[in-house]
Amino acid sequence: MPDTAPIAVAMSGGVDSSTVAALLVRQGHAVVGLTMQLWNQRRLPELAAGDATGRCCSLDDVYDARRVAEQVGIPYYVVNFEQQFEEHVVKPFVSEYLAGRTPIPCTLCNNYIKFDRFLEMADSVGAHQIATGHYARIRYDQPSGRYQLLRAVDGAKDQTYFLCGLTQAQLARTLFPLGELNKPEVRELAKSMDLAVASKGDSQEICFVPNGDYAAFMSAYLKETGVPEQLTRGEIVTTDGRTLGEHGGVHRFTVGQRKGLGIATGEPLYVIATDPASQRVVVGGNQDLLRGRFFAGDVNWISIAGVSAPRPAQVKIRNKHTPAPATLYPTSDATRVEVVFAEPQRAVTPGQGAVFFEGDLVLGGGWIE
Amino acid sequence: MQRFYFDHNATTPVAPEILETVVACLGQVYGNASSIHHFGQGAKQRLEAARRQLAGLIHASPNEIVFTSGGTEADNMAVFGVVRAAAARPAHVIASAIEHPAILAPCRQLEAEGVAVTRLRVGSGGVVSADDVQRALRPETVLVSVMHANNELGTIQPIADIARLTRAAGVPLHVDGVQALGKIPVDVDALGVDLYSMSGHKLYAPKGVGALYIRKGTRIAPVTYGGHHERDRRPGTENVPGIAAFGAAADLAARTLASEGERLSALRDRLENAVLASISGTGINGARWDRTPNTSNLYFDGIDGEALVIALDLRGFAVSTGAACSSGAIAPSHVLTAMGLSADRARASMRFSLGRSNDAAQVDALVEALQASVTHLRRISVHA
Repeated sequence: MPDTAPIAVAMSGGVDSSTVAALLVRQGHAVVGLTMQLWNQRRLPELAAGDATGRCCSLDDVYDARRVAEQVGIPYYVVNFEQQFEEHVVKPFVSEYLAGRTPIPCTLCNNYIKFDRFLEMADSVGAHQIATGHYARIRYDQPSGRYQLLRAVDGAKDQTYFLCGLTQAQLARTLFPLGELNKPEVRELAKSMDLAVASKGDSQEICFVPNGDYAAFMSAYLKETGVPEQLTRGEIVTTDGRTLGEHGGVHRFTVGQRKGLGIATGEPLYVIATDPASQRVVVGGNQDLLRGRFFAGDVNWISIAGVSAPRPAQVKIRNKHTPAPATLYPTSDATRVEVVFAEPQRAVTPGQGAVFFEGDLVLGGGWIE
Repeated sequence: MQRFYFDHNATTPVAPEILETVVACLGQVYGNASSIHHFGQGAKQRLEAARRQLAGLIHASPNEIVFTSGGTEADNMAVFGVVRAAAARPAHVIASAIEHPAILAPCRQLEAEGVAVTRLRVGSGGVVSADDVQRALRPETVLVSVMHANNELGTIQPIADIARLTRAAGVPLHVDGVQALGKIPVDVDALGVDLYSMSGHKLYAPKGVGALYIRKGTRIAPVTYGGHHERDRRPGTENVPGIAAFGAAADLAARTLASEGERLSALRDRLENAVLASISGTGINGARWDRTPNTSNLYFDGIDGEALVIALDLRGFAVSTGAACSSGAIAPSHVLTAMGLSADRARASMRFSLGRSNDAAQVDALVEALQASVTHLRRISVHA
């Protein structure tokens, strides 16, 4: 065994995690590189069209990660978590979608795979700490005794929205070396260290859903697993109960969606809600999408222990949403709060994550009910 | 860090005396063995000398040996070649469930082409039963394929018994001998096999060379087309340096097989006895008798095999969870599950395959590393 405990770096083959591995080696740490094989990109051939670039877990990405590990001289292994990924990420994603909610697999993956399973793997190679290429910052707060999560310096790359499920135990052992850097600086660093992946493109969208086409993924996955898709067909209705037409499955729709309704009307129509019980898709005008309040459940508190009195915060309700001023009201359940916006927000979507900020500080996050 | 290699069933290092043959051939014997001139004749002589050496090791006649690029090509040639040469339609093929993918995948392809395939299960010993072969035989059976020694377990299959049945039924018997050649004596006549696959890099020759023994009179159609090399059975300019090395490896095996077998089985027993005595929740997968002398497959309950391979590698010991070709695969070993092991126990299993470089001190060091790694992994999995 190495004299000092190594740091386990989660290497995806992209420029960010490659730079993390190289940086830690340059700083003199013992490093072990690990790539998590999560999803077989050749599994649903009708989706792939032969091209898996820009998605994680392709053979090319493993090749790239291996090459960087060789370049910086660290032991490197590919570990297979496909089974756990399907169990904890893909299946919940599919069943949430079928239940009319719009799930967010990256958060599930971060909670159950990238940190949980990866920390176990780190243990087994004798590493005490793990490092990833996420854009976020971790700080230990002496007075509260808590590990705090902060937005990355590069606001455009900030990934705290997907990290809101991290526990104190996970944060205590995690390093985000890129949190203080912006993306151009990271690319510059990668170039200066001659990393083979320095000019590789950023990965896109959800790794196992090609081109962000959820409907196509759902259809292919349901077909492979033998669930008849017709079961989820139903009516498209307006908020006042008029039937406008039929649709091919509630999972094809997400709140706020405008395109793909297959209905021509005078004013633009948006999906307001999907109701899996009646298989109905409810549509309406833009103003129908606005909501002023919602409940968030399964809240994971990060930088604070919880709320016992109404507390002002900025709340982000999807990845591209600009956090909006709101007040968090405690409920009798410490892991459930009511969020009341100062101004109603568009497309508050059940199943998506809601993350509470105070400036750069991530107070915590939960799931929109 | 000192590194020790315990993965000889995946591949072996090229033996120093064989390396000399390769280098000499690469440097000097560059003629095309099909050419008429002096250079071609030199190459042809090396080629035929190697053929005699390999034929000698398995008690075959040299003209029954076809050189290939390796074991996988030999297996494909045997399966597709025999089935395509068979006149009978519809055709039926019997193979064991613990065959290498180089047999199982061609069988799947044949199935897709309309050939019926029977896969024989094995008992907890990891051995195919000849009675099962008898029961599976049909009038339309055109090929039976059973490996000589299993790559993951080392278990030796009852080839001679099976051959008596196939011969009586008039069905050709193919045997994948990749993991047996160089480890145990092979006599194709005593075994009664019709086709026998071999691979050079499992017995200290380089990768990229193999051979198929085809008993005189066996009907086999070509699967690749081109020139007239290897008596029209395998076109392509011969890999003379690789083939010469394979010949030298056959000689080396003939000389050392008995003594190495004795030495390695003693080392293997030393490893197993120490592990079983000093680490709880362990056991041997498959029968302890009738195994190749170098192979041991052990389970360590409560351990993720993949994690143990990595932990041992970081301590300098190279082992594997099973076939090298299946590492990174999602499913547990098809061999272990075919024997009836639970998926959990199959995932907790490791293959140790010993070879020329290993000695007692290395085995003792491996046992120590295993004790430390298994203890560590079991401790952290309690917290997880």
